[in-house]
Formats: sequence, structure tokens, C-alpha cells
Amino acid sequence: MRHIISATVDNKPGVLARIAGLFSARGYNIASLAVSETLDPTISYLTMVVEAEDERILEQIKKQLNKLIDVITVTDFTKKDHIERELVLLKIDYSSKDKAKIETILNKYVAKIVSHQENTAIIEAVGNQEQIKQLLSALLQFGIKELVRTGRLAIA
Amino acid sequence: MKGANILIESLLKENAEVVFGYPGGAVLPIFDALYDAKLRFILTRHEQAAAHMADGYARSTGKTGVCLATSGPGATNLTTGIATAYMDSIPMIAITGQVKTSLIGNDAFQEADVTGITRSITKHNYLVKDVKNLARTIKEAFHIASTGRPGPVLIDIPVDVQQQDAEFIWPESVLIRGYKPTYYGHPGQIKKAARLISRSKKPVIYAGGGVILSGAHYELKELAEKIHAPVAMTLMGLGAFPANSHLSLGMLGMHGTAYANHAIMESDLIIAIGARFDDRVTGRIDAFAPQAKVIHIDIDPSSISKNVRVDIPVVGDVKNVLGQLLEEIKQMPETEDWLKTVETWKKKYPLAYRDKNKISPQYIMEEIYDITKGDTIITTEVGQNQMWAAQWYKYLYPRSFISSGGLGTMGFGFPAAMGAKIGCPEKTVFDIAGDGSIQMNIQELATCVCNKINVKVAILNNGYLGMVRQWQELFYKKRYSYTCISGPDFVKLAESYGAAGIRVTKKEDVRKALEKAISIDNVVFIDFHIEQEENVFPMVPAGEAINRMIGGMA
Repeated sequence: MRHIISATVDNKPGVLARIAGLFSARGYNIASLAVSETLDPTISYLTMVVEAEDERILEQIKKQLNKLIDVITVTDFTKKDHIERELVLLKIDYSSKDKAKIETILNKYVAKIVSHQENTAIIEAVGNQEQIKQLLSALLQFGIKELVRTGRLAIA
Repeated sequence: MKGANILIESLLKENAEVVFGYPGGAVLPIFDALYDAKLRFILTRHEQAAAHMADGYARSTGKTGVCLATSGPGATNLTTGIATAYMDSIPMIAITGQVKTSLIGNDAFQEADVTGITRSITKHNYLVKDVKNLARTIKEAFHIASTGRPGPVLIDIPVDVQQQDAEFIWPESVLIRGYKPTYYGHPGQIKKAARLISRSKKPVIYAGGGVILSGAHYELKELAEKIHAPVAMTLMGLGAFPANSHLSLGMLGMHGTAYANHAIMESDLIIAIGARFDDRVTGRIDAFAPQAKVIHIDIDPSSISKNVRVDIPVVGDVKNVLGQLLEEIKQMPETEDWLKTVETWKKKYPLAYRDKNKISPQYIMEEIYDITKGDTIITTEVGQNQMWAAQWYKYLYPRSFISSGGLGTMGFGFPAAMGAKIGCPEKTVFDIAGDGSIQMNIQELATCVCNKINVKVAILNNGYLGMVRQWQELFYKKRYSYTCISGPDFVKLAESYGAAGIRVTKKEDVRKALEKAISIDNVVFIDFHIEQEENVFPMVPAGEAINRMIGGMA
């Protein structure tokens, strides 16, 4: 099962390597990871989606993270009311015959065309896991050429 | 003040009295400062041994050990010693030189990414790129190494930082926002634990190295005697509870006593104190102590519920938590019947061995105990020698048994004995070695002789890598694949270094030789030619439940 965990960490070189090292050394899997500076430039904020088969492994992941000296706080969103979002950029075939269909789909989501040239368009979409999943499957028929995602962000 | 001098001053501020290490290009400024520093320096013959010496010093004294090596190969040679200390939670500072800051990342001569390499084997590590941060870093490093669950901390110092000037400002205190160990148990958890103890009928205390690290041996004794519970110890916990007490079960686990393993398996309550349910202790995990509730006291929350489901976790320093618990327990459990049962196991399944043609290694350990009466420090290498030392000597005091438990590092015992002897010069220190292990750091004979570190090394010489051979005998149809190992003439070798050597081939000479070794004011190698294919029993085969023991009388 996937869980969103966030951590505030010291904004120092090597901290990300420590976290990545911890996951690989203990055989945990990171599905996505987003890192950025906070308002306090000495602190970075990490949002991770981790895979944990059971509660015990999830507990271990949190404890092991907390054990790192550079990790200040760890938050588990699993049982918390929270808002989560992911931003997706994708490049899609954009021929004139499909324009209308694509527009209709995009209008159903928080998604828009941010750039287009000849037969290609770049779409930006924001949403939770379910919305992104639905949007992608709806757009699949038009030929997705490239896809990049930020990984999930969460706030409680 | 130059960075190198700031380092020395900081070590003195932290009351370091000795540094173990080896010079090299990237630590030249530090060695220049050491030349007239008020700090004892022990020049080893290999960096790995320097780390083990710092470790042995730390384990025997409770203080933080310090080792020092140059960049690249010097640092990589330290890593086995650092990993050894990490697995056993030993407070240690490892200082390494690094290439000039401007060269870092350029594959410079003797460059290695040492903070990268040691990330997973240190509690924390630092690369100091600005001399202004050096003093604070050292203060933090000592704080992290010695508090909470202790462990090694590495400080990598580029050679130009060692040369730069800065004002020496020693910080009064440290504040690390991501590091706040919990020292006292939560009162609610203490209450629950006390209630569970009062209601138990068949409690067992399972004591680990955390008891010794936290200095809680007195509290442990009080608890065991107050609630009348037997005490089983892990390898790391030996000495935490006196082996001559009627409540002692000795060591549990793979080569533990049968009665300790039966007691754990049949118990209705396990009080785990500063232990971590290592696989060598639990055996097959789903068959481990099926009826037992578990109270787990540990300062490291990540140790709790890692391997075994815990009913009452108590996070805190063992010494404090035991103090809290002792106050909270009002009603004592009725354990009279239980202790009787345990006593019958002790009678039925004692540790035992049979003398064969040559000297029994178990007999040597019994004789060392008989001569020293427990008032000595025993270090071990790894393998059969380690298990015989654990089984056949009665550890009465904390810090009297020093062994690489978690990592199982061959070549540990000899340098660790040297570190212990430097930390506790008034003690007799024995390294119990095998003829395989001793050859892994044998070059330290020179360090011993030069510095008059008069440790005694009892080599249990059977011509085999005994523990691996034992597994090959039992589980690989006696196909002794590359476990028959030759060695030098240990007596002549010792003598060539200026040490003393004694060879013993007959049982009746064992005691004399030991007494002589103790009386000689020099390093002594005692080459005991022991029974070649003697096995360590009892033994729980890997992956079995711990009451499914083979061999011995169990």
C-alpha cells in the first residue's frame, strides 16, 4: 500500500543522499519524492510516497527517518485529513481533428494547454491521484509522447 | 589558531586522553599539531586496528574512543572498525583527512568519498569545509556519539581546512534540532509494564548491551531480585547481570544455554531491556516465545517492534526506565513455581563438554576464570573462540566482556584488547583468539611491544576456521572447503616482535602457562593446541526455533 510521508530536514548537502541511502539499505521503495526549500531557507520539505506492505514496515520507515540526525520532523498523512496534489506536464499529439475532443476532456479537469506547435501540445494538469489517473487514461487514445510528474505533495 | 590545533584543543575539551591512528598526506597538519600536544597518540600498524582500539577503549571505559586516519585508503581501512562500532552502538569519533576542498570530486590522489562510504555505518558524519565550523562540529560529534543510542560519528577534514586560521571558540552547548533522544519512559507505559509484570507467572528478563551502555547493571539486578525473574543475556549483554547469581540463565540464542532458551520459549512475559531481538537470539521468528507478552525497553524507538511484535513499548534510557519501573511495581509476581521449573532445566541441560585427546577449549576458559575470578577483561575474535569465551567464563561485571556482536568482525579482539588495556591499565586483559582471526590483525604485535600494552592473547589453535568448519561438518556433509588454515609458528612470531610466546599442547600445562603469561610483564601469545574438530554446543540450526537445539546435553 502507498502512503504519503513528509519530512522537514536540514537544508544541507548530503541530506537527500542519507534518505535515499536509508531506503535502499533497508529495502524500502520510494514511489515518488518531491523536495523544496521552505520559507526558512535552512529547512527543506520532503514529500515522499512510499510503499509499505504492512503497518510494521510503515512504522519502521517513519522511525528510521526520525533517527537521522538531519531529519527534524516526520509526518504521516495516512490517517490524517489532508489535501494532496500532483502536477503533470505531458506532450500530446494535437491534430486539428482531435482538438475539440481534447478540449472537452481538459475542461473536466484542472488542466490546460500551455503551449502548442503544429501537431503537438503541452498540457499542464493538477489534481489528486484519482483525477490524474482518469485524465491520463482519457488522453491515452490521442498518443501521449512524453510525461513528467512532480510526485505527490500533501498538506494537512 | 590553525584548524589542526583547533581539532586538538577540541579533543582536549572533550576530555579525550588518547587517539589511535596512522599518519598520511592529508593529515600532515594534524600530525604536526600532535607532535607537541598534551594528548597520547598510539601509532598502530593498520588503520582498521586503530578503529578497533578506539572501540575497545570505549567499551571498556564507557568513554568515547577516538581514531584518526588519512584520506582515501586510510579512511577506507577504518570502515570495518566503524561498522563494527555502529552495529554494537559504541561511542566513537573517527577523524579522517580529506584532499583539499578545491580538489574534492576531482578523483585526486588518495581521494575517496568518505562521508558517502560511511553514511550507512555511522550514526552521523560530517565533511567540514570551513574551519570556522570545526570546533562546533567536533562538539556536536561527541554529543551525538555519546548520547541516545550511542554510535560512531565520522568527521572528514580537508587538508586545507586543517591549515586555515580561525579563532578557537568552544561552544558551551549544542542544539541539534533533529536530535532529541527520549531519556525517560512515558509514565503511562511504565504503569502498564508494571501491571503486566505483577500479573505474570513466568517472566524472563532478556538483557542486552543497552544495559551496559546505559550503566544500568545495578538497576537490572534490583529488578531481577525484586520480581524474582530469571535473566537471560545476549552476547552483548554478558556482564550486565552477574553470571554467578542463581537468577542468571547465561546467554540465550543460537549458542545460548538450553535453559535460557527453554525459559524464553515457555515464558508468559519477556522483559526485553536494551536488546533488539536479533536473529541470532530469536531463531525462527514465528515460533519465538508463542505465549509471551513482550515489554520492550529501549532508547531507540526503531528497535521496538522491528523484529518482534511488542505489547508494551517503553522508549527511554534503560537506567532511568528501570528506576521508574522499580518505583512503580508494588505487587510482586508469584514466580516460585516458575523458578523451580527453570532450576530443573538447569540441572537437566547444563553446559557440558567431554575431554578428548587434546586440550578442550572450554577447559581453557574455565581455567582463566578460575585464576582471575572474573576480575579481568575478556575480548574475543569471532567464531568458535567467541562462543566458548561467552559460554565458559562467568562474567560478573559490566564491561568485562568485549566482543564484536552485531558485525562479527574477525581481527577485532586483539586490537580491542589493546584499547581496553590502555583504558583500564590496572586490569589483566585477555584476547581469546582463534588461529584464523588472530592473523587478521597480527601486525599489532609491534604496536603492543612499542607501547608496552601488555595484553595476553590465548590462541585456541585448531588449524581450522572452526565455526565455518563446524557448519560444514553439520550442514555441508563434512566438505571442509577452504577452512583448513595454516599459520605461522606463533611463539617464534611473537618473539620476533619482542613479545613473549608460550606453546601449550597438554591439558596439564594449561594452568601453568596461563599463570606464567599473567606474570610476564610483556605481551604474551599463548599458542594452545586444542582439539581440532571440537564443536560449539548447544546449537540452534539457522532458521529453527530456539528450543530446537542440537548437541551438548540438550
